Amino acid sequence: MNISRKDFLKLAGLAAVRVGAGALPNDASAAVEEFEGNPDRFGILVDTTQCIGQNCRRCELACAKEHNLPALDKAPEDATVFDQPRRTHPGQFTVVNRFPGSNPDSPVYVKKQCMHCDEPACASACLVGAFTKTDQGAVAYDASVCIGCRYCMIACPFDIPTYEYASALHPRVRKCTFCLETRLKEGKPPACTEACPREVMTFGKREDLIKVARQKIARHHEKYVDHIYGEHEVGGTSWMYLAAQPFDTLGFRTDLGKTPYPSLTRNYLSAAPLVMAIWPAFFLSIYLFTKRKDELAAKQNGKPHGNNKEPGEEH
Amino acid sequence: MATVTAPVHRTPLIAPNFMRDKIFLGMTPRDYFKSLLTPGHFIAWAILAVGIPVAFQRFTGGLAAVSNLTDANPWGIWIGIDVLCGVALAAGGFTIGTISHIFGLREYNSLVRPAILTGFLGYILVVVGLAFDLGRPWRLPYPMFVSWGTSSVMFEVGWCVALYLGCQFIEFLPPLFEWIGAKRLRTWAVRLTLGATVMAVVLSTLHQSSLGALLLIAPGKLHPLWYSMYLPVFFLISAVSGGIGMIIIESTLAHKFFEKQTGHLSHRDLDRLILGLAKGGALVLYLYFWLKVIGVAHEHQWALLTTGYGQWWLVEVFGFILAPAFLFMFSVRNLKPSWARIAGVWTVIGLVLNRLNVSTIALNWNAAERYVPHWKEIAVTVSIFTLGVLIYEFIVNRMPILLQHPDYAGENH
Repeated sequence: MNISRKDFLKLAGLAAVRVGAGALPNDASAAVEEFEGNPDRFGILVDTTQCIGQNCRRCELACAKEHNLPALDKAPEDATVFDQPRRTHPGQFTVVNRFPGSNPDSPVYVKKQCMHCDEPACASACLVGAFTKTDQGAVAYDASVCIGCRYCMIACPFDIPTYEYASALHPRVRKCTFCLETRLKEGKPPACTEACPREVMTFGKREDLIKVARQKIARHHEKYVDHIYGEHEVGGTSWMYLAAQPFDTLGFRTDLGKTPYPSLTRNYLSAAPLVMAIWPAFFLSIYLFTKRKDELAAKQNGKPHGNNKEPGEEH
Repeated sequence: MATVTAPVHRTPLIAPNFMRDKIFLGMTPRDYFKSLLTPGHFIAWAILAVGIPVAFQRFTGGLAAVSNLTDANPWGIWIGIDVLCGVALAAGGFTIGTISHIFGLREYNSLVRPAILTGFLGYILVVVGLAFDLGRPWRLPYPMFVSWGTSSVMFEVGWCVALYLGCQFIEFLPPLFEWIGAKRLRTWAVRLTLGATVMAVVLSTLHQSSLGALLLIAPGKLHPLWYSMYLPVFFLISAVSGGIGMIIIESTLAHKFFEKQTGHLSHRDLDRLILGLAKGGALVLYLYFWLKVIGVAHEHQWALLTTGYGQWWLVEVFGFILAPAFLFMFSVRNLKPSWARIAGVWTVIGLVLNRLNVSTIALNWNAAERYVPHWKEIAVTVSIFTLGVLIYEFIVNRMPILLQHPDYAGENH
């Protein structure tokens, strides 16, 4: 499984030549449609009952530092940051939001970032295949081919991708990378996970994390709702959540279903070759029928073919 | 009858001159520019005087400088109107081409060229609109030549629109060659007409429906009354209705404003053609209406009709699909071409309403942050449309679009 550095460079070089020559466009998205899942792919289990939120937000800080993002809008001590639920934006790939808890005195804090779907809607929607689900489990984005149509943002059921609207020349889609290049490829947990003082996030192989989550729920069934958010949602995600109250009270969409999003358009697209094959035959047949009818009519009227002027042509 | 391309005061003393004959309509540059000083042109240039600085701002300051597009609302009117409406309303080209060249209803032949010109112009303007909306428009050829995203509906749209532009260019070649007097090239181009017409139907079927299919991947974001597995069919059928509406509007306006060139087709003949189109319009709109009803039935969304969005849906479907269908039908029954013209405008408004609903109003309907276009977005959209009108005027004043070139009279191309 491990590729040596030398081999990797060789492969990368070949890929660069291939793309550079423009002979063969790299068909990155084919990998999405046939995705069965690397059984060893990584994931994160987020236990929302553990997050302290206020005066912390170290995950946000660590993320900003890791990706050279601008400083946070509001300092961790500033509680007003939780007044409105926030979403990700080009300057912040992860945000912690506050939701009322079942006990009014103890609000619940929920970290939001890319879910790294097993079958990502963004990857299926991208017309240049800029998104790939990597073997490690991350959904990676390649800005070098992105044309900026922002269809990925329409497609994403979790509203994660953001766009650099203020850039005239090099606008990119920005989102959580799972720290793929800097950490995940070496098997290390992402920056946010490492920075968390409460161990809200557990890093590991996705398969193992599901077992861990089940055990937690079984052991503390009075504490957790019996649901691992992300185990089956939209076909499964690499990031998964545990909670002590229904997920729809914590800003999660619970109406997304288990169907992987790429399959929502797959059937439609498979009809396109049929149209391409059948339509020309169909319309040419109609043309031939009408032509023959016209010829017969012209013969009956004793007029030579081709001289039957229509009102539109009379000058 | 004289064509506009023939200079009015050409005498044996004046040698043929391309600029004067083909560009300045046989006038001296001075007279030509004087002839442009009309109120209509004044309004057009005033609009562009607002639009051009905004365009400059867009390409130097980025999307944020001129638009209200955000992370929560990544698509606005440049997609909703410039692209979705632009493509749908340009469907007149393939619709009338099919009616005339394939179904053999040749009396509609005189409407083919103007419809193909507006279709072609429409698609070019769609690309212009897209250039404003895309983050990096100079990468537009990437889906063809650099990186393929074959699982994307947008990929199919991109390829079909690109191929269709080529197809429309071929359909546009005969009048172009007639204008510059290239007879042999014209004969060769005319031979391609049937093939191009068939390709036009195939490609239009694919991308008109694909534009609807774009939203199939957003079931959680598009309001359930508009979200349907039949979205591709809705988009295709409504594009045909919008195309018919546009042909009616356009031929009426051309008869009014380019009377010199449309004189060969009497008002009575045009009225007859419009009533024929009205028949088709009624049929297509009825079909569209019932499909919309089946869409709601299929998804079991009747209960939503009592909500605010439900009433808005009823306004669209009864007020802008069924109502113009009835008006089209009454116009045919009572031989009232003027009613058909009103119904044509009504249908087009209904189509714009539908595309706006699907792309902005009913999209992200449940989100906290709603989208309202910035005035500069509207300025760009209006400017692009104005540009289209000016180019249309430039071309029909020069090329045999509305009238027939006397050298080729009696041919059906």
